[in-house]
Amino acid sequence: MDKQNKHIYWNPYFGGFLLGLLIIATFYISGRGLGASGAMKSSVVSIVDNASHQYAEQSAFYSKYVDGDKSPMNTWLVYEALGVLIGAFISGGIAGRIGWRTQHSPKITRRRRLIFAILGGVLFGFGSQIARGCTSGAALSGMAVLSTGGFVTMLAIFGTAYLFAYFFRKNWI
Amino acid sequence: MGPLIPNDIIPMEWNSVIALIIGIFFGFILEASGFSSSRKLAGVFYGYDFAVLKVFFTAALVSVIGILYLDYLGYVDMSMLYVHPTYLWGAIIGGMIMGIGFVSAGFCPGTSLCAVAIGKIDAIVYVLGIMVGIFVFATFYDFFEPLYDGYNYGNITLMDSFNINPYWFVFLFTIAAVLIFAGADLIRKRVKKVFY
Repeated sequence: MDKQNKHIYWNPYFGGFLLGLLIIATFYISGRGLGASGAMKSSVVSIVDNASHQYAEQSAFYSKYVDGDKSPMNTWLVYEALGVLIGAFISGGIAGRIGWRTQHSPKITRRRRLIFAILGGVLFGFGSQIARGCTSGAALSGMAVLSTGGFVTMLAIFGTAYLFAYFFRKNWI
Repeated sequence: MGPLIPNDIIPMEWNSVIALIIGIFFGFILEASGFSSSRKLAGVFYGYDFAVLKVFFTAALVSVIGILYLDYLGYVDMSMLYVHPTYLWGAIIGGMIMGIGFVSAGFCPGTSLCAVAIGKIDAIVYVLGIMVGIFVFATFYDFFEPLYDGYNYGNITLMDSFNINPYWFVFLFTIAAVLIFAGADLIRKRVKKVFY
């Protein structure tokens, strides 16, 4: 296995085609689409619930997700997210891409990359709650069933990203 | 007749196992397509790598064509499929905030999980950031609740909103996508190469 293997990725049309088939199968079997941010929400709910069950029950947000007997982590998306970690690990393992590192443009420092990663994450997490989904759940799976909200979210995400791309260009080019 | 689990053709208990298996394929496909690389993902906004565009729209089109076709053949009852609800201003404003997060950090939740799986520390802090963002929303929930719950049009589809024929829409969407893909390749040839 030589180093060349590391950056060989699938043809995007092929990857997109397989992903489309997967989404069809997901809807056909489970009646719902994919997702990701929901699993992270469940994690937050679970942490807060464990820290203080009383606070969670009284909170307008958390009370929706804490049930007497069922753990907030026992959701479809949490199992799916676990699968994503496993699947990506297998793929990365086969390609020789596994290793601790911080990927960043050589034109910026590692610290800058990590700062923007956290801040971008905070924004994305916050926005994903308002929009009730992310690119996988709202946009991609929403578009698969022609959901109006899905299309609106998709346009809002990518449109805004393009609008603001200029301000973050130093991070990438 | 699909969908299988809502119709009890597959027992509900299998839901978690199936979710896990589906997730494994999802993660594998994303990582193999290079979506564990933030620099590859951000490329679509700067013209040096259009993988996001190609994967995203190919997947969206294949899935919508597939679902419509299965519905037409009678293998799936499309009315039983979960349609992401439309909370109009929540979608717009939430989407805008996510867009800034996406272009500044180069990840979205699904792709960040793929990157975490292969050991990227920036992805790990990104996921922590997401959880902080969710926590902030939850803490100030009462303030954001009107935006979050307002303008709810229900689980509507484009057919409901615009009275269009879904088959025509998908046909035109496909043609538009092919043109966009061609345009993307033209742009990429003219943009300064980035090595990542």
